[in-house]
Amino acid sequence: MAEEILTSCTCGGATFVHVKDGKITKIRPIVFDDTDAPAWSIEARGKVFTPPRQTSMGSFIVTQKARIYSENRIKYPMKRVDFDPNGERNPQNRGKSGHVRISWDEAFDLLESEIKRIHKTYGKAAITASTSSHADFGLLQYKMGAFGRFWNMLGYSQLMDNPDSWEGWHWGATHAWGYYWKLGISDNFDMLEEALKHTELLVFWGVDPNTSAGGYNGQDGTRWRLWCKELGMKMVFIDPWCNFTAGTWGDKWIAPRPATDAAMAEAIAWVWITEDTYDHWFIENKTQGFEEFKKHILGEEEGGFPRTPEWAAGVCEIEARDIYALARLWAKKKTMLCTASIYGVSSACRQPYGTEWARLMVFLLSMRGLGADGCNTWGGASMAPPMDMSFRMFGYGDNGWDAFGLVADESAQNTVRQKTYRLLLPECVMNDKTEWIGEGFCGHSLDQQRTQQVCPLPKEEGGAPIKMIYRQGGSYISTMTDTNRWTRMFQHPNLEFFVTSDIHYQSETKFADLILPACSGFEREDICEMGAPGGYGANDMGANFRVCLYMKKCIEPLWESKSDYDIYVELSKRLGFHDRYTEGKTIQEWIRKIFDASSLPEHISFEEFKEKGYYIVPPPKPDFKRAVSNKWYYEDRECDVADHKNPLKGTDRAKMMGTPSGKIEFVSTFLTKYFPDDKERPLLGQFMEPWEGKFSPEAEKYPLVMVTPHMRFSYHTHHDNKSPWLDEIPCHRIKKADGYAYWPVRISHEDARDRGIKHGDLVKLHNDRGAILAVAWLTERVKKGVLLCYQASAKYDPLEPGKAGSIDRGGCVNLMTPSRMVSKNAPGMACNSVCVEIEKWGA
Amino acid sequence: MAKRYGIVIDVARCTGCYACFLACKDENCGEEHPGYTVAQPMTGQQWINLVEVERGTFPKVKLSHIPVTCGQCENPACMNQAENGAVYQREDGIVMIDPEKAVGQKQIVNTCPHRMIFWNDEKNVPQKCDMCAHLLDNGLSRPRCVEMCPTGCLTFGDLNDPDSEVSKLVAEKKPYVVHPEYGLEEKVLYLNVPKKFVAGTVVFKDTDQCAKGARVTLKGDGFSGEMIADEFGDFWFEGLDARMNLVLEIEADGYQKISKTVRTLSDVNTGDLFLEKK
Repeated sequence: MAEEILTSCTCGGATFVHVKDGKITKIRPIVFDDTDAPAWSIEARGKVFTPPRQTSMGSFIVTQKARIYSENRIKYPMKRVDFDPNGERNPQNRGKSGHVRISWDEAFDLLESEIKRIHKTYGKAAITASTSSHADFGLLQYKMGAFGRFWNMLGYSQLMDNPDSWEGWHWGATHAWGYYWKLGISDNFDMLEEALKHTELLVFWGVDPNTSAGGYNGQDGTRWRLWCKELGMKMVFIDPWCNFTAGTWGDKWIAPRPATDAAMAEAIAWVWITEDTYDHWFIENKTQGFEEFKKHILGEEEGGFPRTPEWAAGVCEIEARDIYALARLWAKKKTMLCTASIYGVSSACRQPYGTEWARLMVFLLSMRGLGADGCNTWGGASMAPPMDMSFRMFGYGDNGWDAFGLVADESAQNTVRQKTYRLLLPECVMNDKTEWIGEGFCGHSLDQQRTQQVCPLPKEEGGAPIKMIYRQGGSYISTMTDTNRWTRMFQHPNLEFFVTSDIHYQSETKFADLILPACSGFEREDICEMGAPGGYGANDMGANFRVCLYMKKCIEPLWESKSDYDIYVELSKRLGFHDRYTEGKTIQEWIRKIFDASSLPEHISFEEFKEKGYYIVPPPKPDFKRAVSNKWYYEDRECDVADHKNPLKGTDRAKMMGTPSGKIEFVSTFLTKYFPDDKERPLLGQFMEPWEGKFSPEAEKYPLVMVTPHMRFSYHTHHDNKSPWLDEIPCHRIKKADGYAYWPVRISHEDARDRGIKHGDLVKLHNDRGAILAVAWLTERVKKGVLLCYQASAKYDPLEPGKAGSIDRGGCVNLMTPSRMVSKNAPGMACNSVCVEIEKWGA
Repeated sequence: MAKRYGIVIDVARCTGCYACFLACKDENCGEEHPGYTVAQPMTGQQWINLVEVERGTFPKVKLSHIPVTCGQCENPACMNQAENGAVYQREDGIVMIDPEKAVGQKQIVNTCPHRMIFWNDEKNVPQKCDMCAHLLDNGLSRPRCVEMCPTGCLTFGDLNDPDSEVSKLVAEKKPYVVHPEYGLEEKVLYLNVPKKFVAGTVVFKDTDQCAKGARVTLKGDGFSGEMIADEFGDFWFEGLDARMNLVLEIEADGYQKISKTVRTLSDVNTGDLFLEKK
């Protein structure tokens, strides 16, 4: 049979998929043909910039073929050998005992009977279900679709996600500039043209765009940063780790001690105040509480002291003169702070008191006049080329937890009120009562941040202890904090049934009582727009083109795997709501309905769209009116950006920020009203010494401070440990003589020398929470006292399987990160200032 | 005129993303291209690879990733030592290893000073990058690595066509071969391969501020460079040869001149240099 070229979309870009004889032979970027839309161009400073007419991909996506055919796939439904639903369940053996192949019928029988038993015995709230982000893409079959529709229709204890990549913005910056509908980060529209035309300086704070921006939009934005360089923009990087973008393209690297970034920000403000170089008009008219901030910075408050560069230099362990120089340069040049919007959310926001750093970023932006020509927030210098946002296409999050609901007669609504929280799932299972605050992603109002939560809820309110977990894809042992907690939870007798449905064996798959094989995104059909999350990420675009895709079923599901939708269809049949779940439609019919509801029919017939597989939305017309993020605020106009989720647009608050006062708040109105006594997230945003770090009690035993940012060669755990090709990339994994590919940890020459560690040595990295084996990579890219070890190894490989606290050979650094949250009322993860020790392992 | 395919690699544009490396794996691992090459084993061969180079000392650190691949040499060492015509050059300049004639010829692997020929144990044959000749012959305009590169670090085309992008780059930027001493006349040419640097920070000692505007000169061994220290008092002289003996001089009005000898045994970070008042 001749080779066919089909189309798909991934969490790292849109792809051509070559298929021959029912087998995928290659994964390529989509290269546009003559009939596709032309590229846009931007004229700036005498040059014309235009992107190539093709898509790009996050490099991990290029491993798809190996990932799809990986030996690590879950091939058949499996049941744990010593799990007997009618007798001994042996929870203590989870993670130790093996599994035996069963049929899909047996698997569905077991699922059906267990769900019914638990519903009858405890109630619907006794089941929680969770899903990973960014495994495979698709509007209908991503987690907000098939998964969300099923569980919400059935009723379950929702496991609320913490905003894991932008904690400080969500729990902190919302109280400075609102933007709660963007979970605390600014929208980004028309930023590329704005920067190319006006900007002179780019400040990347804890941001490594060349590493982290491969997701969703492929690597399109990487070329934009080269354009910035071509125009002579200087790039300054602030990061304890000389990250990949800093090392290759940076002009200046400043390395504060982990989790002290906020002190450096205060000192920059001190320079601007004492040298009187800040935007007075903006501060007076567009902000509130500056006088108090000024007093704090100058040390005029009671018990205060001036936040001078000399003070910050001591705290951050950098040179005071570098702070002066940066502050003066920033004041003089039109500057983009390349954080505070998506792809620039920064590792600095995931640290103890990360809320304060994020608030201070907003303060600094305000002092420069947020929205003035060339002065703005531009996430990772990765967002917002010229785009026609009037073309209607949906993102998977546009209808909350039921993407089908965009076009269905009935949109699923959960009738169970009880919630669990991702960071506290082990406690919710093991403890009698677990309390926390907030509603996870608080995207509807600031008020959601003060909801008091308890699990279980009282029985009379429909509450029940958690007895069953259904896990769709991914790994929390690899991605959450202090994750030996998960081993303890899985083995706890309270947990009667643990099901996992996944494409590959992940870190906790082997703990499951029942394992279901799900197929990849290349083995099912879907429709989508590349990189379009919708919802809180509505119109966040960092790709050169809007690409709408018919995601083809490139091959039949491998082995006995099934699509998530097909699994839930069968389960809904057995649980009696099949007709409501499917509304009698096949997945192709759902796709057609989405197509019909979009702008696509005005431009292309369904048949042609399905045949060709993609449609490129034409670029904006030449007379297109740009609407740059935050510029409307600077110019005192109504918000005019293409963010249809901004709840203030079209109201009498359309000229305002989303804070209670409508202004940018140095002193938060919301916190003053509801958290007046919170010393850990004070009313005025400010630096506090991190609760874990060089000067915390942990440091006595564990004197090195480790940062664990997002890595490049895997999206969470979805690519690492799936393709052997990645094991040949030494900055990702290093193969030792024993043939095992270990996780690298970067260490300064000085710290290594003090411990007798040489480059390439196998080392044990540990603290009281956990331990991993890794390979030492000696470098000048961290300074003495600091370690860099990327998060989300997908391989949990304990030396003693099934034992909490066992040394992990696979490199899951989150075994060591603290479960303590950002602060008392900011329930986010703080994984970038972790006290550890390192020692040579073995002979 | 016949085509002559070549690649210009601009190292300054490489971010180290390995998309080229992975695209090559995708194209060749487990995929036989009859008449061109046997399938590449799933692991162990890197027809295009990146060499990560870290230079300097904290905090004056530079990172580069140098893509390395078969040079498609005009004067290929591998061809000269292959028996039976097992290595040949196509009319378009691509150097091919005939997957049948080369069976058993392990000596070919060791002929390449760039170490870009690999031995396939299972098939008992040497193999290497052939610029995706099987695709070029079937209408694709560029090899997979070039198509996948997100930054335009790799430019592929016909060196004999003066209007091709690659020829324009050659004319304009004068890319070079990294090891001319091998005499192979590679058609994979480089720009911005990192050499040695001399960098440092100048500080006004009396104010402890960055000495923005200080005049920095570096001279010796035929090199002469001048620059103004930037806002951070930093200066970087890039592109220096190894083992140069140089004199670094720093001047600022009202301050005593600093003079210092440096030697580029490796990259030089002078650290902070303090200008004292006259």
